[in-house]
Amino acid sequence: MKNLVAKATIMDEEKIRRALVRIAHEIVEKNKGTDNLALIGIRRRGVPLAERLARIIKEIEGATLPVGILDITLYRDDLTTLAQQPEVHKTEVNFSVINKTIVLVDDVLYTGRTVRAALDAIIDLGRPKSIQLAILVDRGHRELPIRADYVGKNVPTSKREIIEVRLKEIDGKEEVVILETTE
Amino acid sequence: MYQRKDLLGLKELTADEISLILDTAVPMKEIIQRDIKKVPTLRGKSMVTLFYEPSTRTKTSFEMAGKYLSADTSSLTVSASSVVKGESLIDTGRTIEVMGTNVIVIRHQAAGAPHLLAKNVKARVINAGDGMHEHPTQGLLDLFTMREKKGDLGNLTVAILGDIMHSRVARSNIWGLTKFGAKVHVVGPSTLIPKEIKQMGVKVFHSVEEAVKNVDVINVLRVQRERQKKGLIPSLKEYAKVFGLDKKRASLAKPDALIMHPGPMNRGVEIMPDVYECEQSVVDEQVTNGVAVRMAVLYLLMGGKGVYEATN
Amino acid sequence: MYMKQLIKGGRVIDPLNGIDGVKDILIEGKVISQVADQIAVTDQVNVINAEGKIITPGLIDMHVHLREPGLEYKETIYSGTRAAAAGGFTAVASMPNTRPVADNKAVVRFIIEQAARDGAVKVYPIGSITKGSQGEELAEIADLKEAGVVALSDDGNPVVNSEIMRRALEYAQMFNLTVIDHCEDPNLSAEGFMHEGYISTLLGLRGIPAAAEEVMVARDIILAELTESPVHIAHISTVGAVNMVREAKKRGLPVTAEATPHHFTLTDEAVIGYDTATKVSPPLRSEADKEAVLQGLKDGTIDVIATDHAPHAREEKEVEYAYAPNGMVGLETVVPLVVSQLISKGVLSWTDAVVKLSVNPAKILNIPGGTLSVGAAADLTIIDPEKEAVVDPKKFYSLGRNTPFKGWKLRGWPIYTIVNGQIVMKDGKIIE
Repeated sequence: MKNLVAKATIMDEEKIRRALVRIAHEIVEKNKGTDNLALIGIRRRGVPLAERLARIIKEIEGATLPVGILDITLYRDDLTTLAQQPEVHKTEVNFSVINKTIVLVDDVLYTGRTVRAALDAIIDLGRPKSIQLAILVDRGHRELPIRADYVGKNVPTSKREIIEVRLKEIDGKEEVVILETTE
Repeated sequence: MYQRKDLLGLKELTADEISLILDTAVPMKEIIQRDIKKVPTLRGKSMVTLFYEPSTRTKTSFEMAGKYLSADTSSLTVSASSVVKGESLIDTGRTIEVMGTNVIVIRHQAAGAPHLLAKNVKARVINAGDGMHEHPTQGLLDLFTMREKKGDLGNLTVAILGDIMHSRVARSNIWGLTKFGAKVHVVGPSTLIPKEIKQMGVKVFHSVEEAVKNVDVINVLRVQRERQKKGLIPSLKEYAKVFGLDKKRASLAKPDALIMHPGPMNRGVEIMPDVYECEQSVVDEQVTNGVAVRMAVLYLLMGGKGVYEATN
Repeated sequence: MYMKQLIKGGRVIDPLNGIDGVKDILIEGKVISQVADQIAVTDQVNVINAEGKIITPGLIDMHVHLREPGLEYKETIYSGTRAAAAGGFTAVASMPNTRPVADNKAVVRFIIEQAARDGAVKVYPIGSITKGSQGEELAEIADLKEAGVVALSDDGNPVVNSEIMRRALEYAQMFNLTVIDHCEDPNLSAEGFMHEGYISTLLGLRGIPAAAEEVMVARDIILAELTESPVHIAHISTVGAVNMVREAKKRGLPVTAEATPHHFTLTDEAVIGYDTATKVSPPLRSEADKEAVLQGLKDGTIDVIATDHAPHAREEKEVEYAYAPNGMVGLETVVPLVVSQLISKGVLSWTDAVVKLSVNPAKILNIPGGTLSVGAAADLTIIDPEKEAVVDPKKFYSLGRNTPFKGWKLRGWPIYTIVNGQIVMKDGKIIE
């Protein structure tokens, strides 16, 4: 029986807020404004993060960016090895991605497999001009040649550790914690 | 979680299992509406449609569903005449299976044929209509359409109009709807409604006017010419007069009631042109939803680590 | 072999002699030579200890399909009579729907000769009523009688034409032959695969209404009255049919009836799952029908228990329900079903059961048997009322494995079958 033990809180509400504000500025700076820009959050915790980024960008630039929701279940590469089929939810991208600069948003970057699936999923919606990646926590251990353009915090971890991002919209509290599995 | 090996009928499913399929069909429908209608989910999986009865709609619908999910699809149509002298169903099923097939979609004129196949192959089996028994994916697409348009199925009253006795669509609809607490009226000539259908929890009518009064949905079934030869109805003309759904009869339902038909329609017999062309008619959407629901079923049966892999 | 066999200490049920009690039975050669409270054991006697066991006159199944000639892939006289012996029967009456049909002397003689050569038990052929069992012209009944038939039937096919049925009853009377009718109106049962009711509705299998049987039972009773000839209703299965036979008997009409173990044990619910072993004609009926059959057995309306043993090849039954042939095997499961379903539940006494499994079949077919009288042929069955076993079709002597009772744990199995003084079955095994 595996147990999860909380090891440390690495980000609190304030740190998360600051990280997002910084990422929002970086996005605007890197893209020289907000023209042709759109945000797509990966279900589930990428979604509120994308919405928050859009809100912050509106505060600093006055522009309202389109925000989409991406469900990557159908693009997972582990479907045949899972004992149970994961539930599929709706992808809601109510704008054309064609020729847009898409900022893909997720909470944790780990092996890179989720992002790989998300890239395929976005490209199936149309051909964007470019895709960038924004991540709240990068914990390393990549299995694919993928890197983030915007990172809230780099956290070196061991494979036995689990990073849990908890957001108000979903979890009712706001923190990033490291958990460790013990036998 | 959908943990069954096969989809043979709605009778044996729980409301939760049906809900899961319908919920899964929502994102599937979104895929159908995209420019690029393909996701890689079932890459490397294969599906065979094994049809002992001619059907262009259901077969095409399953094949499209499989292709949208990137499964490899092949089809095998067996004419009814070759069944008697030809290979047995079990042997045909095993042959298809050892070619590496993950799912067999079967349509058969004999009730229970999918059950026989399912017991004898490790591949997943989907019933695409067996005799007068069930047509679960049609039932599911009807439920999906009603839920999408009307919300909670438990609040609905649905009238099913036509040849109830011979209809697998009616049976699958009745099982599905009653599991959610919907009220079901069945209406048709007394020669085409088995007495015992009441035990399935439906109300029986022989007057269309009474049956459709204030209902949320009218689901019209196809009537076949051969019923006349068997002496079950005097003529299609008389059927159309007494049981055909025309504008006047349809207007007795709720103003925004849905008009449904599993197709193919006998225009002018069970349904009149002014009804199937009206705004309330969702006949075309049923067809789209059919693909979405079948994608959901294929995903749920083949997406996970199936029995087939586990036992090989 | 010993020339004498002594069956000691068993409970002897011999309704014709009014016996139900512990007795010894001595068999000398082929006949019963003594029945007494105590018979002394001597040197030249093989003793069968029957304490706690039931001894009955040899059981007779008056409704069996042996399939030979012509359908030997389903069953042969060799295999079918061994199944009978294993099931506790000393005699069976074979239905004429062979290929060719037993509608002529040659086929009947073949069956009798083959049974003498190959048979483990006695075989009494039933001849067909009409040529080819087609229901159109009477078979040569005088010839059939001369060849050795014990009754007439077109079993499997009903005699639809009432005029032909009337003439058959009249004509058969001259030869003292009972006409056995498979009562079914083929127009009413057309294309049906199971009993018409809720289960057929939910399974989507076309139904056969009880009325299909009842219409013909009513007609046969009317014709029995008209012709004053005996008619025997095969495998009766509905409330209405049982009621009509009861009423006919009350009026003194020469009507008898039989019921099968599956109709007094199972209902149409057994069809759920589409197991083709449950496909029989007449079909498994409703709970109310089953209760009526049980009541008919209890009050004597139903005279006989017969199996309608109908073996089919595996590949014929491993098909879609609609395409499977009708029929199930019954010889090797009927005794424990009678014990478990009827005797244990108080529907029948042992005496009643023996009357229906031996006395009445002998009487209706006008053949020897049904008694343990001194001087009678030594045909006996010994049943262990406590023996429990699970039905395993793989162990059947019948070539047919088509039984819905597979895996049923039943109590009360035959342990000896003795034909003409010879032990042909012991503990379920055939002694060659």
